[in-house]
Amino acid sequence: MLRRSVERMAARKSARQYWRSLAWQLAVVAAALLVMAWMAVNAVESLQRQHIASGFDFLNETAGFGILQTSVHYTEESSYGRVLLIGIINTIIVAVISIVLATVLGFLIGIGRLSMNWLVSKVCAAYVETLRNIPLLLQILFWYFGVLEALPYPRNSVRVGEGLFILNNRGLYLPLLQSESGAWLVWGALTIGVAAALALRSWAVRKQMATGVRPATTGMVFGILLGLPALALAATGIPFSLNWPHLDGLNFDGGLHIFPELAALAVALATYTAAYIAETVRAGLQSVSRGQREAAAALGLKPSLAVRLVLIPQAMRVIVPPLASEYLSITKNSSLAIAIGYPELVSVFAGTVLNQTGQAIEVITITMGVYLALSLLTSLLMNWYNSAQAMRGE
Amino acid sequence: MRVLALAALMFAFGMAVASAGTLEQVKARGYLGCGVNEGTPGFSTPDAKGNWTGLDVDYCRGIAAAIFNDKTKVRFTPTASQERFAALQAGQFEVLSRNTTWTMDRDVSLGLEFIGVDFYDGQGFMVPKKLGIKSALELNNAVVCTQTGTTTELNAADFFRTHKMKYKILVYQKEAEYLAAYDMGRCDADTTDKSGLYGDRLRLKNPEDHVVLPETISKEPLGPSVRQGDPRWADLCRWVLFALINAEELGITSKNADAMRNSPSPEIRRLLGKEGAFGRSLGLTDDWAYRIIKQVGNYGEIFERNFGMQTPLKIERGLNNLWTKGGLMYAPPIR
Repeated sequence: MLRRSVERMAARKSARQYWRSLAWQLAVVAAALLVMAWMAVNAVESLQRQHIASGFDFLNETAGFGILQTSVHYTEESSYGRVLLIGIINTIIVAVISIVLATVLGFLIGIGRLSMNWLVSKVCAAYVETLRNIPLLLQILFWYFGVLEALPYPRNSVRVGEGLFILNNRGLYLPLLQSESGAWLVWGALTIGVAAALALRSWAVRKQMATGVRPATTGMVFGILLGLPALALAATGIPFSLNWPHLDGLNFDGGLHIFPELAALAVALATYTAAYIAETVRAGLQSVSRGQREAAAALGLKPSLAVRLVLIPQAMRVIVPPLASEYLSITKNSSLAIAIGYPELVSVFAGTVLNQTGQAIEVITITMGVYLALSLLTSLLMNWYNSAQAMRGE
Repeated sequence: MRVLALAALMFAFGMAVASAGTLEQVKARGYLGCGVNEGTPGFSTPDAKGNWTGLDVDYCRGIAAAIFNDKTKVRFTPTASQERFAALQAGQFEVLSRNTTWTMDRDVSLGLEFIGVDFYDGQGFMVPKKLGIKSALELNNAVVCTQTGTTTELNAADFFRTHKMKYKILVYQKEAEYLAAYDMGRCDADTTDKSGLYGDRLRLKNPEDHVVLPETISKEPLGPSVRQGDPRWADLCRWVLFALINAEELGITSKNADAMRNSPSPEIRRLLGKEGAFGRSLGLTDDWAYRIIKQVGNYGEIFERNFGMQTPLKIERGLNNLWTKGGLMYAPPIR
């Protein structure tokens, strides 16, 4: 009886606390919104007073300038809005490439640093200590001018075949696969093939878990993976053509063109961030108790399998949250590209467009909004992955 | 911000300085005030001893020679681009001679008066000689490097679009990186204002391996300006510039000015003050132009001295040649 009433009192107290803290939070949010609204109104008023254009109408105006790397249609007659889109795409391109490279490199170095091999672990330690102690901008400039210095002029290009592989200081040119009508069927067949192969594999793993015997699926996997698209290709009559790079005027044109700016920036971002990821991976691996490693050894797993099957899955719970911050850093650090002329968001939008329209407040607000959205999206994906990785049934 | 600074300066110094009588004030004070660039090769650069040289500098020396018969009676004030107009308005000097582009906005809304063009500049291209290109029209599918600016990217885009040529443009934030990229061969061409290209060329590893192409793709007429409100002063400054150009056209140089005074040509006699009373109408002596040419030289001499083939810049006359030689330098007659 007594216990009951104590519990009820505690519940009432905590309810009161709940409402009070909610009121406080609402008040703080309201105050923050008021301050922001006041600033916005103030800015608009003072712009109007000085007859400076404001608003977002400029996004429909003609840009009039050229951009180095465009992966969607763009001409000088396109709008500032399209420039924004291209800036975002170019930021995402370099971020995704860098994230993949940095993750692979970071994991290798992080694991290598814990290696029993003295040389391997010292080399990995030296890598981490060097790369993370030099400012990123310097590393970007180092890679950029290093790449430019090493590559030949267009006239002395390194060439394989007529246009199979062309490398010079204007970049790397490769033939580009272009889809013709009917190509969607082939892509669809490939997608189904991959999905089926994955399903088959997971069925095989489950079977192995249950019975200890893994059914032989290799032949079937290859059959589905290659057979389906091959059938589609035959049915549609190979709906692809190759766009070969060719000499036009002073430079090569056509095909797939990878610019030195993109390469240097991606390499610099990846190698720099890999040093941080390596440390995160090392921390994660060291957080797994020694007993796990010993138990894996006692079961007869060789070290490489022990790392892959026992240590990494447990370490991932520690690794993933800080890994997300590293990915966010890569996206944000890509804005240093303006130094070497890679046309990402800050360079083309917060640079050239701002210069030309003079609408600094709008342009910077949009730019900040884009980075915020990209970061939140990355966080969302990583959180989802993290919850999928988290240990269940505890 | 700039408008505010200008307003504040005008308020502080008062508008009195802008009223009539600038020439009398300058005469009474004993020297001319001249606003120049802090240091741009060819236009105005101070040496270690504080002696100024350059086209903009020589123009002010010409005014001093006309007024005082002494080209050294000038006080040069280096001024930054953001503050130049405010400083002129505030009366810190009487002439702004600071490689300033004459644009409509500046002429009609900043309370100053452009008195002429002493250098026709414009955006151009520089390429390595080994590319074997003689004209910007051969730049099809070129990679062009430049620095983020307000109009350089637009001018380049317009040029390639007009001539239906493909191109790739690389835009760098800082001068150091864009020059290094050009020097390492990342781009086929470098583009900015031509006088800037010649300055860029001096900073490359081997300046003589690069050439500025003849085409000019934008208009950047540079010239001196004065405060609005004293038409007589503006007239004087305008005719000093015209005297320099007319002298070159008539073949009068600092070396032959004395001998030319005895020339039978009426045009030469009027310019050098042997006939007519043109100097007096300006509030000067009739030998005003003789003084300028004797002490500073004609326009051609000034150009050669500051930009010509004997200087590191090695800029060709081009648009800045006399109208009789295919350029744009043309002065109304003295009569």
